[in-house]
Amino acid sequence: MIHEKGLPSMQSTPVVAIDDLHKSYGDHHVLKGISLRAHEGDVVSLIGSSGSGKSTLLRCINLLEIPNAGSLRVNDEEVRFRQGRGGVREIADLRQVERLRATLSMVFQNFNLWPHRTVLENVIEAPVHVLGEKRQDAIAHAEQLLEKVGLAHKRHDYPSFLSGGQQQRVAIARALAVRPKVMLFDEPTSALDPELVGDVLKVIRDIAQEGRTMILVTHEMAFARDVSTQVVYLHQGQIEEQGPPQQVMLDPHSERCRQFVMAQNNRS
Amino acid sequence: MDLTWLNDFSSELLRGAGLTVQLLLISAGFGFVLAIAMALGRLSNSVVLANACRFVSSVIRGTPLLVQIYILYYGVGSVLASYPLIRGGVLWPYLREGFWYVALALTLSVGAYVGEVLRSGLRAVPRGELEAARAYGMRRGQILRRVWLPRALQMVRPTLAGESVMLLKSTALASTVAVTDLLGAANIVRSQTLRVYEPLLLVAITYIVLALIIEKSFKLMGTTSQRRV
Ligand SMILES: Nc1ncnc2c1ncn2[C@@H]1O[C@H](COP(=O)(O)OP(=O)(O)O)[C@@H](O)[C@H]1O
Ligand SMILES: [Mg+2]
Repeated sequence: MIHEKGLPSMQSTPVVAIDDLHKSYGDHHVLKGISLRAHEGDVVSLIGSSGSGKSTLLRCINLLEIPNAGSLRVNDEEVRFRQGRGGVREIADLRQVERLRATLSMVFQNFNLWPHRTVLENVIEAPVHVLGEKRQDAIAHAEQLLEKVGLAHKRHDYPSFLSGGQQQRVAIARALAVRPKVMLFDEPTSALDPELVGDVLKVIRDIAQEGRTMILVTHEMAFARDVSTQVVYLHQGQIEEQGPPQQVMLDPHSERCRQFVMAQNNRS
Repeated sequence: MDLTWLNDFSSELLRGAGLTVQLLLISAGFGFVLAIAMALGRLSNSVVLANACRFVSSVIRGTPLLVQIYILYYGVGSVLASYPLIRGGVLWPYLREGFWYVALALTLSVGAYVGEVLRSGLRAVPRGELEAARAYGMRRGQILRRVWLPRALQMVRPTLAGESVMLLKSTALASTVAVTDLLGAANIVRSQTLRVYEPLLLVAITYIVLALIIEKSFKLMGTTSQRRV
């Protein structure tokens, strides 16, 4: 499949702009200077072996983790940090971060739905209680989204009654409900039984083709090649290869990246 | 069986049962709020606060409730009585009543015991669920109210039912400081009619019924999402 939007649009300001980002846990230097841009409509796939720092990078973008150094701009707004006690970097303005988080949405590997709320309540939670939408409007929107992920008939069920694939599709509806500027996916199909992966990938593919901006960690190489505008290969906390999917996945400069892609292709 | 005493003392017994229920509700209510504070204090990042809460909790759980009631009623009560300003104040009629000392002691107990239960519940909530709340922009208070606490309560609900029945039974200690609760009323019947067993039997049955009501209401509270979690 050929993308019209294969080249990042240089003229627009990026929705997410990361510059020279570092993250350590104690002495463990996990991210070693990452710079990355996602423009409106981009689908950026992060690939790389386990432990290379993909999740950490994603979690730095919505500040579930606080980077030790480097800058982060979301919607053209610089995230402000300050030096706390002991020189530890911390968030300067929690309100700013909460505001930015509400424009990003995250789909987790383990779904992380709220088990004490029904499917519908999970989807309307953030719109009503974070964004202050009217309940009626939020419900109408949520029902539309549940329809779209094929789970409208489960709206009053609790998450524990759903299969993993269904839970993840609810999680995607929850992510869409906040009308996010950018969607972050962290290995959305890795925790699923193989026969349930297809449904979830199909939903993500549909969303990608609507022109949503997303940053996606995945091991599904064929999928990444199809939907991405940009593929980023991470190795030991650094970007080793980056570019359009055809280049990174079929003709990379890095031998390591070539082998990684081949190994993944053989696996699936 | 001669039940004429039941007629003669029915208003005392009813009033006593009312006091017991009041003690139960007051100390459960305030105690629950205190328990949340204690649990959060113990989980706090501040070492000073966490240790202070642990210390208070250990002291309360490590001493007999009856001793605490005596200390509050005879100790604090008599100290308060030595201040003429308090003695003459508008609150004195309440401060003289055993009821409020018992309510306070029970509240502290609930705070300590249920605080421990809640702490373990809060710790058992999977991190991912809280992370999702954070990721969607919820504020700290919102996360606590809408995700963390409800999930913790869901997990410790059976233990809380047990603690509430314990609390009900502990209210009977009120009769030791001249509060005419359910047991206190039975004591009056006994001393005035010289009947020992019938009033006590009635009291025991009433406690059982109250305990059943408590257990039933806890069951009803959690029959929604608990089914397969
Ligand atoms: N909270 C944490 N504390 C300490 N080390 C961590 C933490 N999170 C991740 N790491 C370490 O950071 C490295 C990168 O992890 P992660 O970003 O999860 O990798 P990936 O998602 O690419 O598999 C791993 O070595 C992991 O052990
Ligand atoms: Mg990961």
